[in-house]
Amino acid sequence: MLIFEHSSHGRNGAPQSPVEKASVSAIPESLLRKNRAALPEVSELQAVRHYTRLSQKNFSIDTQFYPLGSCTMKYNPRACNTLAMLPGFLNAHPLTPDEQNQGFLACMFDLQSMLCEATGMAAFSLAPMAGAQGEFAGVAMIDAYHKSRGDEERREILVPDAAHGTNPATAVMCGFSVKEIPTLDNGDVDLDALKQAVGPQTAGLMLTNPSTLGVFERNIEEIAKVVHQAGGLLYYDGANLNAILGKIRPGDMGFDVIHSNLHKTFSTPHGGGGPGSGAVGVAERLIPFLPLPMVTQEGEQYRYLTAKDCPQSIGRLSAFMGNPGVLLRAYIYMRFLGREGMVRVAEFATLNANYMMAEARRRGFTLAIDSRRASHEFIITLKNEARKYHVSAMDFAKRLLDLGYHAPTTYFPLLVPECLLIEPTESEAKEALDGFMDALEQIKQEAETNPEILHAAPQTLPVKRLDEVRAAKQLDLAYRGSE
Amino acid sequence: MPFIPHTEQEITQMLQTIGADSIEDLFDEIPTHLRAAVLSAVPTGMTEMEVSRLMRQRAEKNTKALCFLGAGAYQHHIPAAVWEITTRGEFYSAYTPYQAEASQGTLQLTYEYQSMMTALTAMDVSNASMYDGASSLAEAILMAVRANRKSKSRKILIPTTVNPVYRQTAHTIVKGQQIDLVEVPYDKATGTVTLDQIKQQAEADITAIVLQQPNFFGCLEAVDEITDWAHENNILVIAAVNPLAITVLNPPGEWGLDEASKGADIACGDGQPLGAPMSAGGPYYGLLCCKQALVRQMPGRIVGRTVDLDGKEGFVLTLQAREQHIRRSKATSNICTNQGLVVTASTIHMAIMGAKGLENTAAACHQNNNNLVVQLCAIADVKKAFAGAHFHETVLQLEVPAQQVLKALMQKGILGGFDLSLDYPELGHAILVCTTEMRNEDDIAAYAKAMQEVLAQTANNVASLQESA
Amino acid sequence: MSEVPSELKYTKSHEWLRLEDDGLVTVGISDHAQELLGDLVFVELPEAGLEFVAGDECCVVESVKAASDVYMPISGEVAEVNEALVDEPEIINDSPYDNGWLFKIRPSAEEFDDLMDADAYQDEIAE
Repeated sequence: MLIFEHSSHGRNGAPQSPVEKASVSAIPESLLRKNRAALPEVSELQAVRHYTRLSQKNFSIDTQFYPLGSCTMKYNPRACNTLAMLPGFLNAHPLTPDEQNQGFLACMFDLQSMLCEATGMAAFSLAPMAGAQGEFAGVAMIDAYHKSRGDEERREILVPDAAHGTNPATAVMCGFSVKEIPTLDNGDVDLDALKQAVGPQTAGLMLTNPSTLGVFERNIEEIAKVVHQAGGLLYYDGANLNAILGKIRPGDMGFDVIHSNLHKTFSTPHGGGGPGSGAVGVAERLIPFLPLPMVTQEGEQYRYLTAKDCPQSIGRLSAFMGNPGVLLRAYIYMRFLGREGMVRVAEFATLNANYMMAEARRRGFTLAIDSRRASHEFIITLKNEARKYHVSAMDFAKRLLDLGYHAPTTYFPLLVPECLLIEPTESEAKEALDGFMDALEQIKQEAETNPEILHAAPQTLPVKRLDEVRAAKQLDLAYRGSE
Repeated sequence: MPFIPHTEQEITQMLQTIGADSIEDLFDEIPTHLRAAVLSAVPTGMTEMEVSRLMRQRAEKNTKALCFLGAGAYQHHIPAAVWEITTRGEFYSAYTPYQAEASQGTLQLTYEYQSMMTALTAMDVSNASMYDGASSLAEAILMAVRANRKSKSRKILIPTTVNPVYRQTAHTIVKGQQIDLVEVPYDKATGTVTLDQIKQQAEADITAIVLQQPNFFGCLEAVDEITDWAHENNILVIAAVNPLAITVLNPPGEWGLDEASKGADIACGDGQPLGAPMSAGGPYYGLLCCKQALVRQMPGRIVGRTVDLDGKEGFVLTLQAREQHIRRSKATSNICTNQGLVVTASTIHMAIMGAKGLENTAAACHQNNNNLVVQLCAIADVKKAFAGAHFHETVLQLEVPAQQVLKALMQKGILGGFDLSLDYPELGHAILVCTTEMRNEDDIAAYAKAMQEVLAQTANNVASLQESA
Repeated sequence: MSEVPSELKYTKSHEWLRLEDDGLVTVGISDHAQELLGDLVFVELPEAGLEFVAGDECCVVESVKAASDVYMPISGEVAEVNEALVDEPEIINDSPYDNGWLFKIRPSAEEFDDLMDADAYQDEIAE
């Protein structure tokens, strides 16, 4: 039932607004609204009950194991939320003079510094509001760098075929053309193909390491050399930074520009789709191009850097300072971790993934890449099960929901048929991992003996499988009153 | 304290299963000489008690001054229930609803959000949100260029009455696409753009025009007249609106008097006034709505209502073929993350406030601003910059540098407004003052009194300086 | 097995072509292509009167999980489009070679004969 269907005409909510409407007679009649918007008319209790009940229809980290590959669904410590929502932060107007905003600016300056150290980059900007915007900023900086050197011919960005869809979409948004580089069966980038592909047209290569296939790119030094010798820059997609935090730094691998998804590695909540943060870091030569604003320290005082300080900046990406509430949560989380905690994050994320991979092998699953160490995630391919029992990765995923587990990422990366991309994260205990593997094994047996159970799943959730074709054909995108 | 639950015994068991001697072995594919040293510039970890102490100290350092500052972010009352419910773990710690059956809470809520936002804007379609108002304007511009196939120019008219940071953001985001953002100056008397000024820029083929209502000065644009003219000339209209203000002002879907072409084609804006705290600049969210015909040009996620196998109502992400994870380099945008949690808050906020509650709130903002302006303009050397109606912000001109006045006001506990001298030097010593429903009569009187004292003191200082010279 | 009518010409990107008596060439997507895409939910047709060069993207067909560009198989001007698909894209699934045609081209070059015949296309999709 929709909130609109709880509505009764004339019902007044709570004492949340002025009871009488003030005069608006100073505004010309022609500019005024004629009909009141058809929002629901419900009591505060009705609203609270409705949305509390809706929340209960969600799977979440707080309620379920959520091994969604490439998304790093780790515990979001409650204290990060509580402390980021202290009144001193919530009531800070974004245009408050810097002198009156020192507490917040100090956190942002420290966060920039810690990100630099953790990634081996020379400087960071916290401006981008999501991973995709971080990518945009990164590629725009690559563009600005080449142009600042009068190098106008570099109009092509190289992207491995295993990359996230945002990589090519971003390159095009920045006005580049995209060339895909194939990946070898062992998960490494095809170096020969890369050598063939680079040239005077190459602006840069976008790479995720460990890759979306869940393995570390072993030839990273050689790749960096090839790209740099061709005059291109190396872009690090930080989606999988959790795997290597404190173990090896993108800056030391030769990357010139990176974005870090703070909502993955640094545990800010995913919130059912956002907000995120895609802070960008750069090597020395790209510092002038970083997006605004940034925070600097002068003596004991912190202040925002503006276009006056950074004339070559690619500019601003939002009205103010990205998503400060998200940045505060990431900052608080990093203070919890400290330098020694960061390393442990990578170690235990990797331990959990390799343990699950070993368990998957032991239980007879086919691994996409069997000969390698897993990073913080690994891939099972169900192509054999699909052929033999006519069940798909989607069916496995839906059945997992029935058994109380959120499904892993399915059908990504596109290179692996019928795949489950599994990322347990460091915050899950061994019994959660074992329970999940038991469930997966149970489903495998069901697939052999009674595949109908898989096809019909889920049965225990608020709805069964939904008609996506109907949704796309008979578009119903907003409530228009009861018919 | 990295939130890791493993016992020593478990670690041993797990390593045995893997067939590794130590956790370190698991990293043996990484070249040794590239391995990181200790991250010495990162402090050591803290306990929750220690972190709490640090953060409380820092939060305390931020000002508690009375806020008369707006310029794109506004201090409104938010019912306590809004963030109580929003930060329930089931909303807070869920991912994007790709597994629809396990995400009906977020999906239905998003559908309700889209329904409320289309009702508020009187537009046909809303997406599930963009990052913020400024970036949603940039996406609206990209969308207009894709949608207006009859126009070849990729020229967008942007009046300088549009929030300067929105214009800067749009510039950053669209410049890779050979799109020409043409600025249109405003009328000095009214603080709005006139059709004559627009026409001077518009001899050639124009793809779209942006109109902000209320505009950055708080003034009200002649949206009907300009919308009709734009549609006659095959120009798409992009409305940038304050979603609270349009509970009182004509919503973008109703702009224009010509019934056949009625309404802005795309509406964007910042959802912050509907339930998001100011929070030093975010997270807020960008609203983005359009006419039905443009739905396939819409970037970002969209939720649709459908049925399950048993014919029961349910909700899914739809029109996904527009998006980057399927279309890759040909997607409508690279966006994937939205501002889901803030949209959750905003939806609950709208449900609790209701249309009437929001309307009364908006009217109170307007009336408070009128009251403030009357009291401030009663002081010598303070005058309104522009004639005509305002929503809840007004430009005031002073005789002394704005920065100096604002600083002095700050010392008296008043965050007095936005200094316009950098973005609009032609206005002289000008400030933009804002009032929301949260500023009561005492607050307004306190501001007027502080302003009087500050200006008197400044006059004395000037006089004494002149004497000593 | 998907159907591959022998009287038509084909492309590697799974378009089919039929030379009509009036000299126009009708274009659609093959049975194999519609099977790969699954239930179609939307078709974006080119505008009649527009000129294209062989290989240009001219049209998009969309299912729930995929969107695929249709490439102009030969150069020419779009003479007519199948408006029925706007409301009922599923016609392509039901009848890819008849009612599900996409558009007709008035060819501007002699390219038709160079395209694959049914046997060659059969081999192509068998791989």
